Amino acid sequence: MSVTAAPVQRATPLGEVLTQKKSRPADTVFRVALVACLGIVGLFLAWLIGYAIYKGWSRLDSRLWTNMPTGRISRIDQAGVQSAITGTLWIISVTAALCLPTGIAAAIYLEEYANRERWYNRLLELNIQNLAGVPSIIFGILGLGIIVRGFGWGFSIKSAALILALLVLPIVIISSREAIRAVPQSIRQASYALGATKWQTISRQVLPAAIPGMATGSILALSRAIGEAAPLIMLGAFSFVTFNPTGLDSAYTALPIHIYSLLVQPQAAFQELAAGAIVLLLVIVLVMNSAAVFLRNKFQKRW
Amino acid sequence: MSTVDTARGAAGAGPSLRRRSRPLEIIITALLVVAATVSVLTTIGIVMSLVGPTLGFFQEVSFVEFITGGKWTPTFSDKHYGVLPLVVSTLLSTAVAITIAVPLGLGSAIYLAEYASDSARRTLKPIMEILAGIPTVVLGFFALNALNPILRDIWPGGEPPEFQNLLVAGVVMGIMIVPTIASLSEDAMSAVPRSLREGAYALASSKRQVAMKVVVPAAISGIVASFVLGLSRALGETMIVTIAGGLRSDRVTFDLSEGAATMTAFIANIGQGDLPVGTLDYDSIFAVGALLFVFTFVLNAVSIRMVRKFREVYE
Repeated sequence: MSVTAAPVQRATPLGEVLTQKKSRPADTVFRVALVACLGIVGLFLAWLIGYAIYKGWSRLDSRLWTNMPTGRISRIDQAGVQSAITGTLWIISVTAALCLPTGIAAAIYLEEYANRERWYNRLLELNIQNLAGVPSIIFGILGLGIIVRGFGWGFSIKSAALILALLVLPIVIISSREAIRAVPQSIRQASYALGATKWQTISRQVLPAAIPGMATGSILALSRAIGEAAPLIMLGAFSFVTFNPTGLDSAYTALPIHIYSLLVQPQAAFQELAAGAIVLLLVIVLVMNSAAVFLRNKFQKRW
Repeated sequence: MSTVDTARGAAGAGPSLRRRSRPLEIIITALLVVAATVSVLTTIGIVMSLVGPTLGFFQEVSFVEFITGGKWTPTFSDKHYGVLPLVVSTLLSTAVAITIAVPLGLGSAIYLAEYASDSARRTLKPIMEILAGIPTVVLGFFALNALNPILRDIWPGGEPPEFQNLLVAGVVMGIMIVPTIASLSEDAMSAVPRSLREGAYALASSKRQVAMKVVVPAAISGIVASFVLGLSRALGETMIVTIAGGLRSDRVTFDLSEGAATMTAFIANIGQGDLPVGTLDYDSIFAVGALLFVFTFVLNAVSIRMVRKFREVYE
């Protein structure tokens, strides 16, 4: 092959060709379609929140949290959801007390102690990943079969909290592991070099640095637990409970299951109260989620 | 070594370099191991709680009748235990959900990963995060009260859809899994090395060509994993289908405008009552639960595998 090809003749200089922006209609259409995808999701969200507020507007006053539920249509005007609010607060506190220490401890073990070459550690990891994908209703079956019937704990706060704790445990573990992994190895090595033991290094260096990340994951996990209805329905917490829970063995209702029991009533007045309770539940969940996002943005260190 | 240590010890000068036994460290390690095994115990508990009653169920109902029968009527006086009505309506509503969620989720992910500026991403991503946090009982309420009346109004010809139907439940489930698909797909696309994109730009590709012909194929195992995970979430979703999808299960229907109980809706509906232990009704919950667990277990295993694959390639 000789390399003496004749130079290409161009109508316009090459430089001009390269700087001209070619209009490509397909690219514009594609870009618009992508924006539309996000737009549809955003509109849906706005519609959902707007609809709940619109439907529940007449019930968004102090009756909602000062009055007790009723199943009677004649007294629905004076009904509220106080027992559901206190029930949710009870359940979520106990759930947090159960799942946060366990989840964080499991994450520390997997990140700092476990030898990943060993089969049982790999199994542990696979098990947690799989558990994160098990449907919540299956946890309800676990609760019904083993906790309510097997342990004989009945339909109590502690049954509900234990099941929700097990349900969100994989989320706590996975997010805590990510937070621990983000702490650079050099911090640990410096600590060891000063003569610290393994636990001293973890408790005084790694954990403090990982706290914002772990807090974000934990809040998101608890906010999921607050909104879960399916497993609690299986446990039997259902009908119109007219008293606040008094302890771990107390019967209860919670916001999501109370909303469900209102929704299945045919009369419009129940639907309005349900919408009011939904707005309350949405406010709680959104505040928790914003707190999580805020923590992540504010305290996340880039090493 | 040992002679040096002994000599030092005898002289009483300088610290011993031998490994000291530290009881606190051992106790803490033991506690951490115990915490880590809680998740294994949970899995064992799930399997155990399912197996016993499921075996009891199959002592009275033949397995062949269970998987081939077209009528599921455990609460009727004329009892039939064919699980097909539940399985078909589960698959139908899941198919609707995935049809809605794949384009919306993937489109959002491509925009967030390839097109959005940093500041745009910061304002747009919370949409997904808020949506992911909406309790499903709220989505069910929305499907039943807001979406379904509109669907009935605009229904083209024929009988309008029933008050509870699989179509509206499937659509809302689709929206529900958009964040799952979008965030996992975006992760997968962000893991594609910059050099691949730059190579494509150097060959005069447009942004769309880079996204569709380079980034998406390179991240495909992560993207498919996100679809599979979304599928598994839709299969296991309970409240939306219980509230808006209907509770009939006495026939197999392929008509999306009809209401029909999914596997999860049946479990939630029957599980509400205080069923006596050991009855066939009670056991039937666990048999359907076991089937659902197997379905989601397989899908989760597939998705975990595929995620691992893309991590191996680029990280």
